[in-house]
Amino acid sequence: MKRLVAGAAALAAGLGVARWAASRGRMPGAVKDPLESSRWLGITINRPPDEVAPGGRLPEPLSRMDAEVRMNRAPGDRGTEVYARPRAQRAGADAVLARLRGEDPRTEIRTALRETKSLLETGDVLRSDEEIGTTRPTMPGKVLDMALGRAAEGGRL
Amino acid sequence: MKALCWQGVNELSVEQVPDPAILNAQDAIVKVTASTTCGSDLHLLGGYIPAMRAGDVIGHEFIGEIVDVGPEVSRHRPGDRVVVCSIIGCGRCWSCRHDQWSLCENSNPSPGITDLMWGGTTAGIFGYSHAMGGFRGSHAEYIRVPFVDYNAFTVPEGVSDLDVLFASDAAPTGWMGAELGGVKPGDVVAVWGCGGVGQMAARAAMLLGADRVIAIDRYPERLAMTARHVGCEVIDYTSTDVTAELRERTGGRGPDVCVEAVGMEADSTGIQRVYDGIKQQLRLEQDRPIAVREAIRACRTGGSVFVLGVFAGFVDKFPLGALMNKGLTLRGAQQHGQRFIPKLLDRIAKGDLKPSYLATHVMTLDEGPKGYEMFKHKKDGCVRAVFRPWA
Repeated sequence: MKRLVAGAAALAAGLGVARWAASRGRMPGAVKDPLESSRWLGITINRPPDEVAPGGRLPEPLSRMDAEVRMNRAPGDRGTEVYARPRAQRAGADAVLARLRGEDPRTEIRTALRETKSLLETGDVLRSDEEIGTTRPTMPGKVLDMALGRAAEGGRL
Repeated sequence: MKALCWQGVNELSVEQVPDPAILNAQDAIVKVTASTTCGSDLHLLGGYIPAMRAGDVIGHEFIGEIVDVGPEVSRHRPGDRVVVCSIIGCGRCWSCRHDQWSLCENSNPSPGITDLMWGGTTAGIFGYSHAMGGFRGSHAEYIRVPFVDYNAFTVPEGVSDLDVLFASDAAPTGWMGAELGGVKPGDVVAVWGCGGVGQMAARAAMLLGADRVIAIDRYPERLAMTARHVGCEVIDYTSTDVTAELRERTGGRGPDVCVEAVGMEADSTGIQRVYDGIKQQLRLEQDRPIAVREAIRACRTGGSVFVLGVFAGFVDKFPLGALMNKGLTLRGAQQHGQRFIPKLLDRIAKGDLKPSYLATHVMTLDEGPKGYEMFKHKKDGCVRAVFRPWA
């Protein structure tokens, strides 16, 4: 408990200093990505373009997405760069609400890109052992579950 | 089936859990015949990697017998005696094709956590938290092995279980530190940590032609074991100034290659120990990089430092000035085991490498919690506890 209190106090002090500095106009704020809702989501697939989209046909499951898709040969021996983004772009509160409802089209496209890559490279999408669980519910586990619930879809891509 | 489960910080128990199943066509089910503790498990046990759930099966370094295979498995069949790499690789992404197996792009079904923390996707690992894919560990009677054609290796005839067991993780991890650290004939190599991985790194450096190898630890029995079985020099860091000692043994240059095999819970002496301990407990610093700092300071100008010990997040007082101005090369990785295991099996079969001496305590799976207690606190000279689920 003492550790928790000390940690919280240190964090509060740090936040206070940061806020004070920012209020004096000396610290530029963090830059929000101005293209966040329209930026292309990209992935590199270790297969040549003619195997990724034979005859121009998009691979599954990417082909099922309501998305703009473009691709090009990757530099070196890296295969094919595949990019996608939703046709209907959401911004502001609409985008936040869609994310909270689990209906963010960018999330679906991230997952589709990853699964497309895995299918083309390995022929399968690996499933986790979590499907046959050995765990039991706990309070810390619930917090982790919230993070893990989005772990397959979030991240850098 | 029976399995050793993480139940909370510093709490383990043996439980009955559902049997694993073939979930993908390239999976196999392996009957585990031996599975060992690893120092990196202690970070999970101590709650330093906060992605464990109560009931998770731990363990990642193991051997066994294949008892079932999926319809798309071609290189293995039931009855094969195999050693399995602790890191799961798909074998066909760009990283696997370039022998960087711990960076596999398709074997972690939950890449969001590592992407967010580290800015990149890394491979799945058996029994190593939900950040690494949530795969069950090997301290169990059976385990599912995904992409088994790429991750399991048939054990040569006549090689003992305890020799080949460490080809799953400790031996390839140590070998990687020496080889990718750039050890070449004539080098002086220093290794921080005389646990299983450190001893294997020291042995690898010798086999790669290093002129002198110096291993550093504080436990007398581990130092003695390293001197006896690896045949290298040792330094007890509690009785001397390590950097001064290394300078004196290397004509004032420092070691050409420094391998850190300690990780995020590094111990030390003096004020540094207190400083890092307090910061870590307050969560103002996630990992204690004491051995890394010392390796960078001790390394010769223009030398190489390889970080084998497991780190998860952020460190404090990292000597970037020394790294930059001394022109050092710093590398690190989880093990690219599939790259090294075949040649290590050859060396073990020939007798160049005999890691079975690391198995100081062979126990039943039921004794798992006791084994970890001994391993964590180095009781009774425990270097590695090995569990035999079917004993």
